[in-house]
Amino acid sequence: MRLVLTKREDASPWMSLVSPLVAVALTLVSGAVMFVLLGLDPIKALGIYFISPISDVWALQELAVKATPLVLISVGLSLCYLSNNWNIGAEGQFVMGAIFGGAVAIATHGVANGPWVFPAMMLAGMVGGALLALVPALLKTRFSANEILTSLMLVYVAELLLDWLVRGPWRDPQGFNFPQSVMFEPEAQALRLMADGRVNIGSLIAVVVVILGAILLGRTLKGFEIRLVGEAPRAARFAGFSEKRMTWTVFAISGALAGLAGIIEVAGTMGQLQPSISPGYGFTAIIVAFLGRLNPVGCLIAGLFLAVTFIGGENAQISLRLPLDVTRVFQGMLLFYVLACDAFLTYRIRLVRGEGAAA
Amino acid sequence: MTMFEAILLTIITASTPLLIAAVGQLVVERSGVLNLGMEGMMIMGAACGFAVAILTGNSAIGIVAAIIAGMAMSLIFAALTLGLAANQVASGLALSIFGLGLSGVIGAPFVGAKRDAMPRLDLPVLSDLPIIGKALFGQDPYVYASFALTFGVWWFLFRTRPGLVLRACGESHASAHALGYPVLKIRLLAILFGGGCAGLAGSYLSLVYTPFWSPGMTAGRGWIALAIVVFASWLPWRAMAGAYLFGGITILQLHAQGAGVRIPSQLMAALPYLVTIIALVIIMSRRTGQQTAPASLGTPFVPDR
Repeated sequence: MRLVLTKREDASPWMSLVSPLVAVALTLVSGAVMFVLLGLDPIKALGIYFISPISDVWALQELAVKATPLVLISVGLSLCYLSNNWNIGAEGQFVMGAIFGGAVAIATHGVANGPWVFPAMMLAGMVGGALLALVPALLKTRFSANEILTSLMLVYVAELLLDWLVRGPWRDPQGFNFPQSVMFEPEAQALRLMADGRVNIGSLIAVVVVILGAILLGRTLKGFEIRLVGEAPRAARFAGFSEKRMTWTVFAISGALAGLAGIIEVAGTMGQLQPSISPGYGFTAIIVAFLGRLNPVGCLIAGLFLAVTFIGGENAQISLRLPLDVTRVFQGMLLFYVLACDAFLTYRIRLVRGEGAAA
Repeated sequence: MTMFEAILLTIITASTPLLIAAVGQLVVERSGVLNLGMEGMMIMGAACGFAVAILTGNSAIGIVAAIIAGMAMSLIFAALTLGLAANQVASGLALSIFGLGLSGVIGAPFVGAKRDAMPRLDLPVLSDLPIIGKALFGQDPYVYASFALTFGVWWFLFRTRPGLVLRACGESHASAHALGYPVLKIRLLAILFGGGCAGLAGSYLSLVYTPFWSPGMTAGRGWIALAIVVFASWLPWRAMAGAYLFGGITILQLHAQGAGVRIPSQLMAALPYLVTIIALVIIMSRRTGQQTAPASLGTPFVPDR
């Protein structure tokens, strides 16, 4: 018995909407099986993971806070992946954005102040993320070094740089020797949207980025170029599009967005730099990008869904004493199922009995 | 034991898991498949190997469990990329994320548990040689296994007919298919071999190198193993050189920190990753035609009739 794949002539738009939903459903079923194996009541556990994060206003705010970095990063990654540039170092670019933006906040701390500080931090964060992302772009275009490996290696470098900064030069002198920077001035923190809430202006920015991304991909020549370079590099060359310039462009954009997410996270939810500032947003955003079908609007929806798993994981850690790693298991399974379901979009899959001529 | 011997010994223990993982991945890539799930398979090997060794009290059974865990993980990857022709990069990433999570769940009850490191296997006479004797011939069984594995893979790939067929699949799957070779079956076996090696390498970390379990203990070694394969231009003996270069850097930065060199420890810790990048760049910029990657690397194969 074997599987036979035949290319579909027509990719139906209806199925491309259904397939992520099927993937989510399969993930939930597998999750239930896993909870049974761990000796838990699957209904109760799934409820804590997927219902408790959307059950009240406070939880929904938390959801927006967690979804913001995922959406920002995944929109940038979608551009990369569409054009066949495999930036998987968004986690590092996120950290670098926090470092560059944080530098502005620390430099202006108690010296200069004004409403321009936070915009300046965001700008610096975008520059920081983009600069780090341009390293793999440079190495890919100049030396054809594999961007997957170089971008990933830089994640460790950026994390260690942040660790050094908050333990060394940037440590708060009044911080009782804790490895953390000074608390940012109010002007250097992201504007809260509600007086007693946690949602900040970053969530609005993420929505704007989604809209801009959708316009870029759907309505502009650049967007067409991005997709053409990815799907038909030969045709793109004949059309006079430069693959190298494309690599630089998408790495710069995705790095800038990851950096923006980093500084928004630091200025919006922590208010200071700490040795570890991300529960793996940069890696989870890869899953968001694929679950959202490399489409900015899809990324928004997928980002909200994966934010649910983060909060559900934290809730389950408290109420079920489950390790936080269960969240990653969910996220990994989800990507497996998304990829598997995508195969049903591009191929007709049949099970054939017996050995055929082709194996 | 002199200082020099001690350093040599630790370099070998740091390099061995990298070598085992890299040689396994080399076979996978030679068959035309890019499995980025190394990190996930390796850490699953570490977690399962340690858990089973604790439960049974027997390291050998732990090692077998680690190999099986690595192969089981690679089977998921094979089902996606071979069975459903899914994107290999994305599938590999999913495998890494999944493995890092699942290993944490499996290993959670074993955090803090301890086992004695596996005994060293002294080869008589040879291990009494001055200077290199203890380092080369007084090692744990993994080290000998890693040498044997490197030789075996070289011999298989370049001196046997099945090895030639495997390389053909990696260079041009369409031609290999046209000649009647079962491309997908060969790739499946290669992926399973790579998974087994990754699991074995992972078990070395939790049973010999540290020897205990902590979440995320592979710390990017799976990724470095992938880089070593590129660095080695897909040749087994160069993979050995690469693994020892990276192992050497890891150990030297540890010794430099211990000796109180006045450089931030974070910079030293970042060194292996920076060197990986620099090595990739150097090797890619000096590459000539015959040393490039297998031509079909990373492209899915869908047989047509």
